[in-house]
Amino acid sequence: MRVALAVLRKELRLELRTLESIPGMALFSVTTFVVFHFALHRGQVEGDLAAGILVVTLLFAGMLGLNRLYVADEEQGGFDGFLLAPVDRTWLFVAKALALLAYLVVLEIVAVPAFALLLLGPGIDQALPELVGVLLLADIGFAIIAALVGALAVRTRARDLVGPLIALPLLVPVVIGTARALEPLLLEGGAEPVPARWLLILGLYDLIFGLLAIAVFDPLLED
Amino acid sequence: MYGKGLRALSVTTLITLVGAFALVFFYAPNDADQGFVQKIFYVHVPMAIVALFGFIAGGIFAIQHLRTRDPRHDLRSYVAIHISLILAIGVLVTGSIWARAAWGHWWVWDEPTLVSFLIVFLLYATYQPLRFSIEDPERQARYASVFAVIAGAFVPLNFLAVRLAQAYTHPRVLGTTGGSMPGDMRLTFLIAIVGMALLFITLWKFEMAAKHARANLRSLRRKLGVDEVPAARRTAAPSL
Repeated sequence: MRVALAVLRKELRLELRTLESIPGMALFSVTTFVVFHFALHRGQVEGDLAAGILVVTLLFAGMLGLNRLYVADEEQGGFDGFLLAPVDRTWLFVAKALALLAYLVVLEIVAVPAFALLLLGPGIDQALPELVGVLLLADIGFAIIAALVGALAVRTRARDLVGPLIALPLLVPVVIGTARALEPLLLEGGAEPVPARWLLILGLYDLIFGLLAIAVFDPLLED
Repeated sequence: MYGKGLRALSVTTLITLVGAFALVFFYAPNDADQGFVQKIFYVHVPMAIVALFGFIAGGIFAIQHLRTRDPRHDLRSYVAIHISLILAIGVLVTGSIWARAAWGHWWVWDEPTLVSFLIVFLLYATYQPLRFSIEDPERQARYASVFAVIAGAFVPLNFLAVRLAQAYTHPRVLGTTGGSMPGDMRLTFLIAIVGMALLFITLWKFEMAAKHARANLRSLRRKLGVDEVPAARRTAAPSL
């Protein structure tokens, strides 16, 4: 755990100094909301449309983070340094997933209010605790998949293409679950309760792929 | 070693498939609602089931590869996924034809089985590009195996998620209720599944035998001092 925290601290410090990922992700999401406004020709959205726009935008913004996640390690020898250290390699995965989770939380702190201001018809203040819970479950799933697929993609020739191509289909259950769970929260005329089965699906997804990723991460780092 | 029993297996497969098709055309009754069109079911559904099990088999071989680092397991996984991918294209095509005939549309989005199969197909469609974009063969094998394990585990989970998301319009053939098919249809269907599974195994063994023969030929040539045979075309198949 100490190893993971050390790597996580390094990741966050690197991000704070270079500001490579988070500002880009946040700007991308706000721009996408504006683009959605023109593409759909709507002033306001609600319900399933709102949930879909929010989820897809966050997903694509997250893809930017996925592509950047391991680039510094690959280009500047971070992998070699980590392999030389006498520590369990799984911690690198845990640290990367936690770092991406932190990026996503910051992204959503910017993107969700921007979405509420720019596009969303009904207010989100009454449904805020549920919204945070659903998004957090979705972020965990995304961070797990992205930390794994990012490691898979970063050493391939077309890494900017391979990463999203693999991650997008894998994330479809998360997209379905999140969009369906958010839909009642963003309804005009008051939020309705979140159906429990979508929370269950998201939780199950996080659990299964979390364990699976820890099991298969090691072979990605050898050599 | 993969050539052993291949002839007997091929003959068995042929007999089973021909028998299954004979049953489809002469024995199984026409469906009350859909009539003759429904018979595509005896090709479409077994193909889909075999393709999905082929993907999962690819994942299981990949686990063995990651545990033992034996390139033969990687080759097994590669061939299983390759054949499943070809079957999956067939599934999507026959499914579209059936959907057009039964529901009047080539593609129906509120149809969980179709959509989840499409997602699985899209995921596995990246398997070959992933292999192609990694130069080092040893790393290529490891990365492809990691992919095959994740994707193999993803197959059942994805079906669960997509199925829960939508109302049922697709007929449930192997659902928990299960009793909706009359006996003669059920028998035909089961024989069609067995035939398709045998077809998969036969193709898999043929491909494995061919790959092994080529690897043996190459090593013999190397021993004789002949220059390396140039590869016919670019391939991402694991070399033994």
